[in-house]
Amino acid sequence: MEPFKHLDAVAAPMEAPNVDTDQIIPARFLYRKRNEGWAHLLFHDLRFNDDKTPKDGFLLNTPPFGEAKILVADRNFACGSSREHAVWSLYDYGFRVVIAKSFGDIFFGNSFQNGLLPIVLPPERVEALRVALAKEPGAHIVVDLEKQEVRGPDGKVDHFEIDPFRKECLLAGTDDVTFTLSNLDRIAAFEKAYEQKLGWV
Amino acid sequence: MNAPATLFDKIWSAHGILSRPDGATLLHIDRHLVHDGASNAFRTLKEKGLTVRRPDRTFATPDHYVSTLGRTLSSINDPNRRGMVEDLETHTRESKVKMFGLSDKRQGIVHVVGPEQGLSQPGMIIVCGDSHTATHGAMGALAFGVGASEVSHVLATQTLWQRKPKNMRVTVDGTLAPGVVAKDVILAIIAKISAMGGTGHVIEYAGSAIRGLSVEGRLTVCNMSIEAGARAGMVAPDDTTFEYLHGKPYAPKGADWDKALALWSTLPTDDGATFDREVHLDAAEIAPMVTWGTSPEAAAPITDRVPDPKDTADAFRRDTMERALAYMDLKPGMPLSEIAVDRVFIGSCTNSRIEDLRAAAKVVKGRHTTIPAMVVPGSGLVKAQAEAEGLDAIFKTAGFEWREAGCSMCVGMNGDLVAPGERCASTSNRNFVGRQGKGARTHLVSPTMAAAAAVTGKLTDVRQLMAKG
Ligand code: SF4
Repeated sequence: MEPFKHLDAVAAPMEAPNVDTDQIIPARFLYRKRNEGWAHLLFHDLRFNDDKTPKDGFLLNTPPFGEAKILVADRNFACGSSREHAVWSLYDYGFRVVIAKSFGDIFFGNSFQNGLLPIVLPPERVEALRVALAKEPGAHIVVDLEKQEVRGPDGKVDHFEIDPFRKECLLAGTDDVTFTLSNLDRIAAFEKAYEQKLGWV
Repeated sequence: MNAPATLFDKIWSAHGILSRPDGATLLHIDRHLVHDGASNAFRTLKEKGLTVRRPDRTFATPDHYVSTLGRTLSSINDPNRRGMVEDLETHTRESKVKMFGLSDKRQGIVHVVGPEQGLSQPGMIIVCGDSHTATHGAMGALAFGVGASEVSHVLATQTLWQRKPKNMRVTVDGTLAPGVVAKDVILAIIAKISAMGGTGHVIEYAGSAIRGLSVEGRLTVCNMSIEAGARAGMVAPDDTTFEYLHGKPYAPKGADWDKALALWSTLPTDDGATFDREVHLDAAEIAPMVTWGTSPEAAAPITDRVPDPKDTADAFRRDTMERALAYMDLKPGMPLSEIAVDRVFIGSCTNSRIEDLRAAAKVVKGRHTTIPAMVVPGSGLVKAQAEAEGLDAIFKTAGFEWREAGCSMCVGMNGDLVAPGERCASTSNRNFVGRQGKGARTHLVSPTMAAAAAVTGKLTDVRQLMAKG
């Protein structure tokens, strides 16, 4: 996993609430392998016409938002299925940060496993950011994970919360499994006691 | 004495192995259910040079990609889909994980198979790489969906890091009116608390109306917890649960059963335990529900009309509603019972169990469909049971297609798709844009409401058909 530390990049404002994972990546593509690349499938049915030409008016088809690395969404972003492919598609396209009022729980957790940083900011601030980005297309947002700060195009800085362990993992580019496996003896001891009590499980 | 605890608290604390300074807990996982979408997770495991740590706690069945027209690999025409089922066979064989394969009667939708086999039991933590894993919470378990990285983490360690969600209780008291079923209850709950009303919480469903539901009804309710934003939903185990489980293939037997029962009886939420959030519904006020929009929260009683965005003060919500109505091709003010549908799907992990099929068959019996309709049982065993009861004959005589078990048109990953622009009354759980196929328009309903729609060709208050007998 690539470490994430700091990002200064074009941000794209996505208006709709409840953008579900079926819209981020339609189910019919899910048979593909992780390493086959997912960038071209992100938001597929919102982004492309039936004849595969880009749909007019869709955010990422509207320069300069196509080169965005930060997405500013609304509430309940990526609700719905557990498909991690939603994260892979955003990541492969180039997104490294999604800012929203709230997220689908499963997507939120999946993001950290892949080097994508989901940030929750207060609703008014999310809306203000979107207004600023729409007014000045191509404007940058700066995200500093170490300091837990987001600087908007208006220069205003917001602090965001992040679980310290997840922060460390993102900064170092490591995932959970390595850490868990270093505790195998504790796990085995737990299982032994547990199974003595609940032998039927 | 310990402080009063909730069902969720008790299960959580019984499974904690260690905690991190930031508050995350490493949880022991009792059951890991795996389906044919797990290829990437198995591959990640291999790439890291790891193996399945507890094959004895891992159970697999293919469901998303299987054909509903046959029970052989070759009945899956598309090589990509076939590859997913083959992959699952290979990975489970290599890792010595028990699989209920295509030729096994026990194959089915993973969330139907778990309870049916007695794999899902009270007090357990159950995970699966699928957001509808909450279904198993109906057994009095803590069950939640995980992503591919977490699937490989569980495969490798039989544990999972989680931060403890908050407690929420949804109490439904009173008696359900005739014609109102579990699906209507959960749609009414989601309509009330919204598609994100349960985000960050585990929901315990309680109250006399929930207690009065069969285990299968409770499975339907818990199934859609994620549609309210909650990763898990649960119902306290009681005699209904124990009767259901007794004698199931993987349920404890003999002296173990007695030991298990003693433990399970201690699980229900203690008097005086507190919840971070409480919601109450009056069962008597719930009517048969349908959805009119593109989020499960857009649900209303069938006796209502399509809402008018103009009546919504919030500009943003208005815009969302307008977009949903445009996609659904509906006009504000139109009675919901006048919406003509093109197709009916009875199936999915929400509503494909034997009681669902019995209830739908009762409505269909002696009538005929006016539109294409199909029934996809949740498992091979549900199908066999339905056939033993003659339900298949009732459906077929009425003009329904009678298929093999799988996820099918709930998500269309096996090719059972709703055509672009078509309107489908569906017993599944998601009416998202494009969920059942590109451009497909979904109305979520109960099995009896779906049966009624198949007969009349429009969304119909099933109580009218029931009155006619
Ligand atoms: S039936 Fe539908 S919701 Fe249930 S597991 Fe299958 S695809 Fe998912």
